Amino acid sequence: MDGVALLTIFILSIFVGFEVVSKVSAVLHTPLMSGANAIHGIVLIGGIIVTGSAETPLELILGALAVLLGAINLVGGFVVTDRMLEMFKPKKAAAKEGDA
Amino acid sequence: MSTPTWAQLTNLGVAVLFILSLKALSSPKTARLGTLVGAVGALVATVILFFSGIELNNLIVILVMIAIGSAIGAISARRVKMTAMPQMVALFNGVGGGAAGLIAVVEFLHLDGEGSLLFLIFTVATVVIGSVAFSGSIVTYLKLQEIMTTRPVVIPAGKWVTILVAVATVVLAVWGVIDPQFWIIIVLMLVSLVFGILFVLPVGGADVPIVISLLNAFTGLAVAASGYVLGNVLLLIAGTLVGASGTLLTMMMAKAMGRPLTSTLFGAFSGTTAGSAGPGSDRPVRSSSPQDVAIMLGYAGKVILVPGYGLAVAQAQSTLRELADLLAERGIDVDYAIHPVAGRMPGHMNVLLAEANVPYEQLKEMDEINPEFPSTDVVLVVGANDVVNPAARSDESAPIYGMPILDVDHAGQVVFLKRSMRPGFAGIENELLFDPKTTLLFGDAKESLTKVVASLKSL
Repeated sequence: MDGVALLTIFILSIFVGFEVVSKVSAVLHTPLMSGANAIHGIVLIGGIIVTGSAETPLELILGALAVLLGAINLVGGFVVTDRMLEMFKPKKAAAKEGDA
Repeated sequence: MSTPTWAQLTNLGVAVLFILSLKALSSPKTARLGTLVGAVGALVATVILFFSGIELNNLIVILVMIAIGSAIGAISARRVKMTAMPQMVALFNGVGGGAAGLIAVVEFLHLDGEGSLLFLIFTVATVVIGSVAFSGSIVTYLKLQEIMTTRPVVIPAGKWVTILVAVATVVLAVWGVIDPQFWIIIVLMLVSLVFGILFVLPVGGADVPIVISLLNAFTGLAVAASGYVLGNVLLLIAGTLVGASGTLLTMMMAKAMGRPLTSTLFGAFSGTTAGSAGPGSDRPVRSSSPQDVAIMLGYAGKVILVPGYGLAVAQAQSTLRELADLLAERGIDVDYAIHPVAGRMPGHMNVLLAEANVPYEQLKEMDEINPEFPSTDVVLVVGANDVVNPAARSDESAPIYGMPILDVDHAGQVVFLKRSMRPGFAGIENELLFDPKTTLLFGDAKESLTKVVASLKSL
């Protein structure tokens, strides 16, 4: 894909990015940041691509490190976000048990 | 090695899933679904990559690394205490930035520096932003984990050192684009790492969450730039989405704290964040017994509870809820006042209290609760300090000056449960502690609360 097409996508994505979070309540700032953090963990596939085409040992080592770090970001990010949001679900029954 | 159409279309679908995920994360009702949608998108994108016809060598290395990375990520995310969650997010963000930087370096090596001008610009940008996000996030982690001091670190002539490093970064970046040589990229990476450290060091404790959010946006941009370098549309879209939404989120957080972003980032340079040690801590304070506190609370008409990070550290959320329930049974009006940055990050305290089954409706946000303080008999501040410090309103030299606070000093009486006279996260003294209407109960928050609850039961 040529540079201008990529640039077009880039600019439009900026507007979408602004728009989707414009109405978030303060309560959700932390989970939203954490969720966004998990989404950029998709950098993992970039790591896979460069490692898959690595030809020298140096490329392989750096690429493998990128895959490792990307996977930590992606998986860890989603798990920690889910743990945070788990707390928000209504659990009135659980609350009553807690009182007993 | 062009990607087949079906794979491109699937990636488009994944991009839409990411947008929907962010959208869903912005509303309490759909937030959890949002995480799931995002995770499914990420999984689909990763799996189809292996079947999309792109030539992938070193498959075993890739799969082993994914397995190890996923295990590390999942286990550390599962094990981390909710109180330590902000620094966990910072760490995950940092490694993501590091990954983007490395990808750019490898792609540069692979093409041996041959590429269009735009390619080189984006490669250099990925290396710089990724490295800054990486080292900056590590420093925020160290600060929040309190491995290093949470107070602004001001190096002698730090301003000039930072400017020097920033200039060096820009010069090397331009040089790397004009004369693409590997050693320049490596030096650029090292200098960017140093810049990331210098960038975060002078940020004071209370402002760290804003910086985490900003670095999160940085990583997004680094990922977007790496997407450009690789010609991968999905990385470009996902990275840009996070970069843009992260920037907006950072501004909203800064606004919630009443801090213009510039003073957050550069405050320490101008010397205003020194946090004067102030009048000595040996001034008299009124400390009291759990029984007295129980009596004050038990015979009040209206009580507001102000939970802070100290409460969470002591794991006393459920004891506090027990106290609130007891007071409510006595017919006392009880509310929780939640400062936007109570805990370590906006929304952090809500997460921690929800963990203790505190009903959502009892949590009142700052704007909602502030008018109620004058009509409140007793405010119980548990492990909070900076968010109730009147210096934010009156003392222009205080690092927290201008931050909206909970007006607990307008209430009839204030009780602080504190471990010691140690100042809060921002490292400044709280005048309210010395006020005649303030009572202090020293000790571990959980122990103190348990004693107050016991006394209250025997009233």
